[in-house]
Order: sequence, then structure tokens, then C-alpha cells
Amino acid sequence: MSDIPGDLRYTKSHEWVRQDDDDRVTVGITDHAQGALGELVYVELPEVGMELSAGDACAVVESVKAASDVYAPLEGVVVEVNDALADRPELVNEQPYDDGWIMRLEQVDEDELAGLLDADTYLETLEDE
Amino acid sequence: MAQRTPLFEQHQAAGARIVDFAGWEMPVRYGSQIDEHHAVRRDAGMFDVSHMTVVDLAGDRVREYLQYLLANDVGRLRTAGKALYTCMLNEDGGVIDDLIVYFLDDTHYRVVVNAATRDKDLAWIGEHAKVFGVGVTERDDLAMIAVQGPQARERAVGCLPPAIADAARDLKPFSAAAHGEVFVGRTGYTGEDGFEIILPGDDAPALWQALSAAGVTPCGLGARDTLRLEAGLNLYGQDMDESTSPLESGLGWTIAWEPVDRDFIGRQALEQQKADGAPYRFTGLLLEGRGVLRAHQTVITVDGEEGEITSGTFSPTLERSIALARVPVGTGERCEVEIRGRRLPVRCVRPPFVRNGEIKINLD
Repeated sequence: MSDIPGDLRYTKSHEWVRQDDDDRVTVGITDHAQGALGELVYVELPEVGMELSAGDACAVVESVKAASDVYAPLEGVVVEVNDALADRPELVNEQPYDDGWIMRLEQVDEDELAGLLDADTYLETLEDE
Repeated sequence: MAQRTPLFEQHQAAGARIVDFAGWEMPVRYGSQIDEHHAVRRDAGMFDVSHMTVVDLAGDRVREYLQYLLANDVGRLRTAGKALYTCMLNEDGGVIDDLIVYFLDDTHYRVVVNAATRDKDLAWIGEHAKVFGVGVTERDDLAMIAVQGPQARERAVGCLPPAIADAARDLKPFSAAAHGEVFVGRTGYTGEDGFEIILPGDDAPALWQALSAAGVTPCGLGARDTLRLEAGLNLYGQDMDESTSPLESGLGWTIAWEPVDRDFIGRQALEQQKADGAPYRFTGLLLEGRGVLRAHQTVITVDGEEGEITSGTFSPTLERSIALARVPVGTGERCEVEIRGRRLPVRCVRPPFVRNGEIKINLD
């Protein structure tokens, strides 16, 4: 069974969002997503400064088998990306909610954040898959 | 309704991630796909390939029939059990399938074709067999386990029925031995030594368990794909199909042009293509930097001409991305591949990338 921390927000496309500050969040992919993809061998990160709208394809995670898009869970500006993934893409597999984070966004809207899935609802979407 | 092999329960019990492959529920990996890959390169791994189609052919004119049906020449097979890799072509020289044919005796041959092409293969094989009075029997009662790796034969021999173990131990590459319905070939699809064992489906779970107990690692179709790509072995439907000839697919070596009076299906078209010069050639590619080459990405030559990647992946042995590609004949060593709008430098190399555990290309 995959790990779904209760203090995060989620999307149906398997991203997680952690609120770091009033208008700042960290984004990654869920434990379920990394498990389904298998070992990652390459992560293509967005550019710092990119302005994203919810649903924009903004990063790519590649396993041995296939490439998958990562989508922006909400509107915001990319202020930091996890450069460590260039050398160690497997961090996403090993610690999807910690050292395997993908990007940090600022200028996010708290209402939009509140509108994302909570852990229980995300779990239900997995059970429906 | 998806089909299952006799080993499906073993895969499920081992926690395999199951995917649909050509209508079959097959294990893509059990745990780490990369660890499974290394197990085959360094020790021994096993694959359930029971979804592949085994067909037995019998008749007084079966050799003459296969010499007409196949682009390689079964006339080269003179010892019982000897195997040959070949393409089966249409009249235009396009590849209907690639297959392995085993010579059993003067009136019996066995072929193993791809699962994804089963229906059209059986139709084509059957249509031409009628003309030669050859009997065609699909052996869907049989399972197949490939055991591959430097330690594969040693570990597998002890798991085989005693009546065939000695013969299996003594097998030369690309030949097979049989006892009853157990058929062992020293063949494979990984670039490593090993066996492909064909046996009654009912007996397959016990052999699988014995191999596992002997230290052979179960491996899924994921590792099978990275292993065959490193070994520079083509995959039907990706690297060649009915719209491409063996000459454009790196398979020219499988065409037996001699004897010149042997008429085989597709010969005329191939001779025409050879005379005209094929516009494309097949090559291996090594990505210089980070990223992953994938099928259908565009290759761009120094002159701005375009080719296409037919198979691409991350190579666990090289820890770099590699691919097979069809490129314009004039393509030099350096070219570029377009990945998501960016052009990345690649180098054309001659496959195999890896064979018998050794890196065969220059990585610098």
C-alpha cells in the first residue's frame, strides 16, 4: 500500500503539494506514482521563473520504461527546482515526499490550494483506478 | 479476455507488476527492473516467454517449403537440433515476422514466432503449407522459459529432467536437444549465454520453482527489453515491420542470397532494393549527455536530413541512453535527436552495445 501523508494536498494526476508558507508550496509526485513508474533514470525540471497555470505540463519523469509528464497542481511561479535530481533521479523513488521533491512555487492562491484533494479523497481516487 | 500463461500464478505470488502484452497478462517486473537486468548480465535470470507461439511443421517437402517461406536458408541446417534466425517476408520484401527455426529431422521442423503476430503468422504459414502438403500444428500446450546469464546453463542443468541434462550441458550455441516433450535450445534474446526451455505447460511451474530455488532471478518483460536493446537485437513491430525490409533494419545478414537459384518470398523485391541502394541504414545511437532516447524521436543529421529512432531506452549497463535508429545512408558519426523541442547530440555506433557482460562500444 502506498504512503499518503495526511498533511499534504493531492491531484488526480498524482502530484502532491505541501504548503511551506502563506503563498509558497513544494510540489512532487506521490509514492503511488513513483511505484507505478518504477526506477527513475532522468528528471527534466522546469526553469526557475516559469509562470505556471494549473494543469500545465512542467516537468518530465522518465523511468527505464517510459516518460511521464508532471503537471502543475495550481497556478504559481517556479522559484526553486530540485537540482539534486539531475545526478540522483532515484531520490524520487526513495523519498518521494522529502528529498525527492521536484519544484517550489510562489504566488499561489490559498483558495486554489484548499481546493486540491485531501489525503482521504486521493486514496479514494487510487482505489477507483 | 486476456490470456494467461501456465506461470501466471507464480508471477502473482512473487508480487509481479502485470501488464497487457499482445493480449497476454505478463510480468513487466517483479521488483527493481534494473536489478533484474543486472542479474542476467552478472549471474542468471529467467523469463516466462510462454506467450510466444511454437509451431511444429511436418511433411516430406517441409525443407523445400521453408526454403521458399523464409529469407534465411534452412538448407544450412544439417545437424538435428540446429537453429537459424530468420525473417519471414511478404512479396514486397517487408517483414511479416522474425523467428527462430529448428531443424529436427528431414520431415520435421519447429518454429517459434512472436505472440503479437500470432494470427497473421499462422495464416501465412498455413496458406503456403497447403501448397507443399506440410502439416502445421500450433503447440499451445507448451510453455517456454528463457534462462539467461553467465551462470544460467550451470544453474539450469541441475533443474532439467535427468534424461536431457547431459545433452543440454553439451549443447553448442544455437542448437537444441529434445527428450519427449522437453526441448532445450542454447538460444536467447539478451546477449548472454543460456537456454530457452520449451516444455508441457503443466510441468512449467515446477521447473520455474526449481530454477528459483537454484538461484535464478525471475525477470520481467521490462528487463528483457533493455537486455535485448543493449545486445543490439531487433524487436518486431518496433525496429522492423511489413513496411520495412531487412536491408533497412540491420538484418541484411539474415538474408541467404546463396544459392542464387533459391526462390524465396520477397527475394525479387530485396534484389531490386539492393540494386537501387536502400535510402536508409540501421544504426545504434549513444546519447552523449543526460536524457532518454525513445522510439519515434527524430534523428537529424549534419546535413539536416531526418531519420527515426525505432527503439530507445536507458541502458543499465552503460548508465547512458541508447537506441536503434533508421537514418539516411549518408549519416555521419555525429548527429542530433530532438527530444521535447530540444536537440541533443548523439553518436552513431555499431551494435551490440553489450555482449556477454562486456561493453562493446567506446563510451568516450
